[in-house]
Amino acid sequence: MSEMTYVEAINAALHEEMARDEKVFVMGEDVNNERISPAEAGLAEKFGAARVRDTPISELGFTGAAVGAAMAGYRPILDMRRIDFMMLAIDPIANQAAKLRYMLGGQVKISLVIRAPEGGGVQNGPTHSQCLESMFLNVPGLRIAVPTDPSDVKGLLKTAIRDDNPVLFIEYRCLYDQKGPIPEGDYTIPFGQASVKREGSDITLIGTGSQVANCIEAAKILAEEGYSAEVMDPRTIRPLDTGGLATSVRKTGRCVIAEEGHLHGGVGAEIAASLQAAAFEALKCPIARVAALDVPVPVQTKLEAYVLPNTEKIVAVARDALRIV
Amino acid sequence: MPDSGGVFTKEKMNEMYRTMVRIRRFEEKAQELFEAGRVVGGIHVSVGQEACSVGLCSALNLDDAILTTHRGHGHSIAKGTRLPEMMAELFGKATGLCHAKGGSMHIADVSKGHYGAHSIVGSNMPMAAGIGLAFQFEGKGQVAVAFFGDGASNQGAFHESMNLCAIWKLPVIYFCENNHYASSTEVGTSTSVEDISIRAQAYGAPGITVDGMDVLAVNEVSAKAVQRARAGEGPTLIEAKTYRFYGHSRYEEKFGSYRSETEWNDWRERDPLILAEKVLGISADEKKGHFQSVEAELAEAIDFADASPSPKIEDAYEDLYA
Repeated sequence: MSEMTYVEAINAALHEEMARDEKVFVMGEDVNNERISPAEAGLAEKFGAARVRDTPISELGFTGAAVGAAMAGYRPILDMRRIDFMMLAIDPIANQAAKLRYMLGGQVKISLVIRAPEGGGVQNGPTHSQCLESMFLNVPGLRIAVPTDPSDVKGLLKTAIRDDNPVLFIEYRCLYDQKGPIPEGDYTIPFGQASVKREGSDITLIGTGSQVANCIEAAKILAEEGYSAEVMDPRTIRPLDTGGLATSVRKTGRCVIAEEGHLHGGVGAEIAASLQAAAFEALKCPIARVAALDVPVPVQTKLEAYVLPNTEKIVAVARDALRIV
Repeated sequence: MPDSGGVFTKEKMNEMYRTMVRIRRFEEKAQELFEAGRVVGGIHVSVGQEACSVGLCSALNLDDAILTTHRGHGHSIAKGTRLPEMMAELFGKATGLCHAKGGSMHIADVSKGHYGAHSIVGSNMPMAAGIGLAFQFEGKGQVAVAFFGDGASNQGAFHESMNLCAIWKLPVIYFCENNHYASSTEVGTSTSVEDISIRAQAYGAPGITVDGMDVLAVNEVSAKAVQRARAGEGPTLIEAKTYRFYGHSRYEEKFGSYRSETEWNDWRERDPLILAEKVLGISADEKKGHFQSVEAELAEAIDFADASPSPKIEDAYEDLYA
């Protein structure tokens, strides 16, 4: 085992996959600037400028172009810089990438990875802090991965690149400098497989993205109060490992779902609905959700902290659930 | 052979004329079949625009790519799309090119270099740029063509993708069929320039306006654009002035409520099939032979479609993921 940061793990996966398959190439704004794009560090020197392209500021244009290149048998990896900017490219993603294989009767494969860094907590304001995976969760034909640590991000990114389907690869920017152990060698992590980040028996805390770490912290606080919390990380939300999450909920009987995106129509809404359908008889209390409040994320430090979820909010909601015997 | 740009054998000229007849008769037949309730969903026929598809596609090889629009039957046929399977798609049969998932607006035949009709206006242009990028990587000199209309030239996708093709010198041809109407909106009320070809200047690329009713004129400018693209010189914008003799879609009568009968009659005098007889030197006997042959092809396609099964209900999930 070696140790590296989340962004170094992304970089390692990109290096390895570009060496493995010459059809893999990278496109995005400023991908050749190491300060702005640490994920792409060293790629252009190794593989040449043609395969590591800076694009103009044309999200609609270059995302549509990536879809076209995928149709013609290539494997583009787009760097969207921030998911907020990806809003300019909803048509190529939801109308084209997600649907072309289906609409054209299986005549094409859209082997496309869209890397979408996202998330707030650093006073970047309403249109540079969003978590928008729930907007795309509703689109059949897309796969959506939400890796939360270095070993998962490397394995999931490799799976995404090798997948012949369009993958929205969500990266939480606040995790970029987090260090963690990485298995040696070439390994992939399958989509649709949740992971148990901490074992427990009294309550299931399901975290996505930045909130997995907060769930683990919440579990430690709850442990001091005599409660045993299990922390689950779905790792991909489409496909979603409802079976794996339900196994945990059947064991504990209680569930809190934490996400950084907004509450109304968020990822937690889908997980909660799926879990109550799968494990209703095991539930001792309603499934609860912790998420960003339903306002745009404000730039001012205290306001932002008030709006975003955190460990304390998860602990408070978990205590309410644990009080119901 | 296709890059000869103007000098053709008698065989080639007859082949071009026959393709125009094939498009004309397919479109007229499709309209009849639709009105008889045998076509699933809507259709947008391109009667009157045959010189555009045939003029351009006659300058392409099998391994060049096209992407078209909701009004894409003509381009599909000109690129060699398989007629029986195309008809089966219109009839909503399991043997259709798109397995009855897409219908008329998504006809595609990748085996013939046809990467699909696309129904979001303008969406095919960035995709054409991307296929051009793939072709640039491949280094075999293939080109990609995006067909679109006057209305689409106002979409951001047109501007962004043309800029991208220009800076990266992608082998892409932008072919605008200016039939003067985007649904009911006349081009003069929506578009800031009279000749759409002038917009290429904004991207440092050549733009040419051509008579879209003259198949040889279209072919000549197309061949030059293809040559430029193959030589790595980047994109070209071709604007073909043309006209559709039927309504926007199936619900409209010939000239609709927004076009005048006078205007419609004036354009009818320049029917591209009649012009083609002259410029391609087709004799009366040859013409008769082409029409007879095409009727037989269409009958075969309809028989195939009729005999084909409908999709099974479970097929609703087919082709979602690779």
